[in-house]
Amino acid sequence: MYPSRFRYEAPRTIDEAIQLLHEGGAEAKVLAGGQSLVPLMKLRFAAPELLVDINNLPGLDHLDVAADGGIRVGALCRHRDLERSLDVAQAQPVMAAAAPLIADPVVRTRGTLVGSLCHADPQGDWAAVVTALGGHVVAQGPGGRRDIAITDFVTGPFQNVLAYDEVAVEAVLPPPRARVAGGFLKLERRVGDFATAGTAVALEIDGDRVVRAGIALTGVGSRTVDARAAADSLVGQGLTGEAIMRAADLAAEAAQPTSDHRGSAAYKRHVIHTFVTRILTRVSQTSEAAA
Amino acid sequence: MTATEPAPTTSRALDEIKIGGMGASRKRVEDNRFLRGRGHYVDDVVLPGMLHMEILRSPVAHARIVSIDASRAWDIPGVRLVLTGEMMATRNLAWMPTLSYDTQAVLATDKVRFQGQEVACVIADDPYIAKDACEAIEVEYEQLPVIVNPTQATAPDAPIIRDDKEGQADNVIFDWEVGDRAGTDRAFAEADHVSTIRMHYPRSHPSPLECCGSVADFDRATGKLTVYMTTQAPHIVRAAVALIAELPEHLIRIVSPDLGGGFGNKVPVYPGYVMSILASILLERPVKWIEDRSGNLISTGFGRDVYLEGEMALRRDGKILAVRMHTDSDHGAFFGDAQPSKFKIGLLHSTFSCYDIPTAHLTARGVYTNKAPGGVAYRCSFRVTEAMFFQERMMQAAADELGIDQAEFRRMNFVRDDDFPHRTPFGFLTDSGQYAKCLQVGLDAIDYEGFRREQAEAAKQGRLLGIGISCMTEPLGAGNSREYDILGIKMFDSAELRVHMTGKAILRTGAKSQGQGHETTWAQIVAHELGIPAEDIVVEEGDTDTAPFGMGTYASRSTPVAGAAVAMVSRKIRAKARKLAAHLLEVSEEDVEWELGRFYVRSAPDRGVTIQECAMAAYSNMPDGLEPGLEANAYYDPPNLTWPFGCYIVTVEVDPMTGVWDVLRVVAVDDCGVRINPMIVEGQIMGGLTEAYAMSSMQFITFDADGNCIGSNFMDYLLPTAWETPGYELHEVVTPCPHHPIGAKGIGECATVGGPAAFVNAVMDAVKQYGVRNVDMPLLPDRVYEAITQRHDVSGAPPIRTDA
Ligand SMILES: Cc1cc2nc3c(=O)[nH]c(=O)nc-3n(C[C@H](O)[C@H](O)[C@H](O)COP(=O)(O)OP(=O)(O)OC[C@H]3O[C@@H](n4cnc5c(N)ncnc54)[C@H](O)[C@@H]3O)c2cc1C
Repeated sequence: MYPSRFRYEAPRTIDEAIQLLHEGGAEAKVLAGGQSLVPLMKLRFAAPELLVDINNLPGLDHLDVAADGGIRVGALCRHRDLERSLDVAQAQPVMAAAAPLIADPVVRTRGTLVGSLCHADPQGDWAAVVTALGGHVVAQGPGGRRDIAITDFVTGPFQNVLAYDEVAVEAVLPPPRARVAGGFLKLERRVGDFATAGTAVALEIDGDRVVRAGIALTGVGSRTVDARAAADSLVGQGLTGEAIMRAADLAAEAAQPTSDHRGSAAYKRHVIHTFVTRILTRVSQTSEAAA
Repeated sequence: MTATEPAPTTSRALDEIKIGGMGASRKRVEDNRFLRGRGHYVDDVVLPGMLHMEILRSPVAHARIVSIDASRAWDIPGVRLVLTGEMMATRNLAWMPTLSYDTQAVLATDKVRFQGQEVACVIADDPYIAKDACEAIEVEYEQLPVIVNPTQATAPDAPIIRDDKEGQADNVIFDWEVGDRAGTDRAFAEADHVSTIRMHYPRSHPSPLECCGSVADFDRATGKLTVYMTTQAPHIVRAAVALIAELPEHLIRIVSPDLGGGFGNKVPVYPGYVMSILASILLERPVKWIEDRSGNLISTGFGRDVYLEGEMALRRDGKILAVRMHTDSDHGAFFGDAQPSKFKIGLLHSTFSCYDIPTAHLTARGVYTNKAPGGVAYRCSFRVTEAMFFQERMMQAAADELGIDQAEFRRMNFVRDDDFPHRTPFGFLTDSGQYAKCLQVGLDAIDYEGFRREQAEAAKQGRLLGIGISCMTEPLGAGNSREYDILGIKMFDSAELRVHMTGKAILRTGAKSQGQGHETTWAQIVAHELGIPAEDIVVEEGDTDTAPFGMGTYASRSTPVAGAAVAMVSRKIRAKARKLAAHLLEVSEEDVEWELGRFYVRSAPDRGVTIQECAMAAYSNMPDGLEPGLEANAYYDPPNLTWPFGCYIVTVEVDPMTGVWDVLRVVAVDDCGVRINPMIVEGQIMGGLTEAYAMSSMQFITFDADGNCIGSNFMDYLLPTAWETPGYELHEVVTPCPHHPIGAKGIGECATVGGPAAFVNAVMDAVKQYGVRNVDMPLLPDRVYEAITQRHDVSGAPPIRTDA
């Protein structure tokens, strides 16, 4: 497999990187972990003329978990860093659950969460997690930095709102206001497979009431599905069987799957229903056990 | 005891295990270089002045080629040659024969007949340029209706795919039958119960980690063509090249270096090889072609793609009276199976060989479709995989219908140990086995009764557990040469052994290892026969200039045929060494006895010479009248196939909410006769079980209605990883092969052949209560879920269902 001819630059500063992207225009692309871009180039589905490798840029490999529970994930933080972080495991169960389900160990040592958001694969996992947590992306371009809510960031299959000369420098997950709970379930045919259907659920619970909820779905639409109505239905409620069923119904309704060799649309919708039910039931059981 | 009697001597025979002989789990010698990254594969071959070839493939499945404009490709600097079908035709090379007496396009001239078919190729200074140039070739296609299954192929208004063939008025390749039609009909008329089942064994792909490739090097000065290539059968390729390219056979040298797996994928002759050869002849420079992954998955020899209608005539008490089968096989655009020429659907009629069945009848129809040709193998040639899968799925369905326990049903119908030799309903002769014992070892290992209790307990909590059994004996190791040939070449095999002066040796065979460990195992056979330590023997295969003529490695034939030749050639050497020993010991040959590694005088066992001393004498001190040297070769034509037996038992749990199933345990009982290297045998079984698991759970090549191939990369064609692959519990029973010189039977493919039905039967057992009788492989979660919720069988036949 032989990619088309391209120019390769490995700048040392972010300004230099932005300058190169600016000059390259629409034909330039950022190279982060390369785990999505390089396969596409080998198949010649992507043929950028210029690759701007950001792996040498300083200060982008951070994974900061603040005392208040807010999390900042730098553009060079690898899936593996998230998988192995004890702080993340304590601060955000949904992230901790998703990290080991991304691809395989080889891919996880190079691929990045921010790269995954930028790549905007409708079957990608991180966009669902970040959507469920209400996170945002910080982009830096010639005019400085701006924050972009994840729901605005992904605009369609393999499309994001970044200008061609902007680099996504980090993803930010806001600090929770109450006890966090949640989970991530993914139906895959084999380890390293993309999701046939996947569900991220992030909750904040005060006493026995849900005070914030996010539910996002992957693999069941032309982009990550923000199951807002499902999530909203939980807010102000306890996790009763009835509430769980309503949320699962609404999440399954929000899914827009298509039939393909991985399964029928009806099946994928049913899996979403099952996963939402399972995650919420588990949360309610552990909450009960804790109480 | 008197003083004159010789002191009683204990044997001085060598310890066979210590010298790495039979039964030694000797570490694989080839792994030393593989693990160090020092293997030498086709892509490692770099010759001076070498050029690179890339292939342009058809993006569509069925279309008339209106025009091909390669002018922009020729303009790219570094491009040396652009070949199209039209140019190949001027050399009479646009088409070539297949291994099944059909023709196959090398480069398309009139039409493309499957997605991924070769349309043009470019030879350039480097592969990047060649790829750029392929993209610059403009092809105009006029789309034609597409056929992706036998039903479409045989529809009255179906377009004719092979309109290139004179007299081909439809898409049928063959209609074939075997067995006793009238007798079978009679038995069905008398049956208490007839069990019927339909299913599809999906198209799969051998997907070796190394794709195909070649480096062709034609030397104008010597007139010699050397081709380094990925082939499991170098001598057959030499013959084919001589016939196709009309070059003299003695000036063709085929070298198959280290191979990164084969599984049958590297048996056929592919267009890429032929094009690289022609390009080298035209350009008088070495030309390298290395296939990419998509090219391999989309265009090279697949396995299976067979539809079954199976019927069993049964007596109420469980006795099988007769079996009737009809298969429709989908061969793709060209009939390119590699199998003995008189059997159109391979050895599918080896089905039910382990059961005592009075009569049977099989009809088989093969059709062309707009899919890649092949039908060769995926770790089992000759359609034996289908035979045993269908058999064991039919067995389970019949047992369930009769309400007889599935283990008991098998046991009561097995061929008994004292029934050998046994003539199968389709005429094969099986010669040995202990079927009931193997089954019992398996049932004990899995604790069959215990599991049934556990299953009933779990059912009370709504959990779905299942247990599946698969038993089979399969014909491995073709010949004999009376019945088995490829393109008329008889299926014997060969070995040549040269023992050097110091007792070290080189062994060459006509087989070709692709990971089976021949370099290790063959040396062990020589060690067993001659007492030369295995580490003193180097094994070489794959170079037609040096290796004796052989039919290569596939169909688990290496040990049954070439391995037998190794034993026989060693015995020839021993016979000559005996003469040398007699000379050295100054006694007559009749007074010389053999024990491992040494000849001695019968009446004076202390007086002896080692095999190494005999070797030295062969070159330095031979008796008058005896030819110098210690070399021999042997050609071995087996009297029969070998018939190993396998019993595989799997337990699973199915998640009723998602259709996801997990394997709980896998027990395998294999009887492959005498085991030369037990470790290698176990490795073969584990690998085979992993492929069985893959086929049953995740692997298939399928197509949409437009003929687009789903499974042309490793994101869609799934290879299992260590993570989800279950653990295996292996057991052995040993019934030596009565006709093989060292009692060995084939083992390379057993678990791949017998394994899939065990996994599927387990899942079917778990969901039995829903009235489901069949879900086609792979048992993807959505199919299992559909079966549970809709309570019907689920077909996996292409085209795939989409919303469009
Ligand atoms: C075998 C395999 C299996 C996989 N399985 C999964 C899976 O199960 N789930 C899953 O979610 N993903 C999976 N992936 C994808 C993987 O997670 C990638 O790592 C991820 O999608 C992209 O991250 P990256 O750092 O590798 O980005 P790259 O490949 O370097 O880039 C991807 C795209 O994003 C752009 N980009 C990257 N970083 C930035 C940035 N900082 N600013 C602006 N643009 C940027 C690039 O220009 C490019 O267009 C798999 C990949 C492979 C190869």
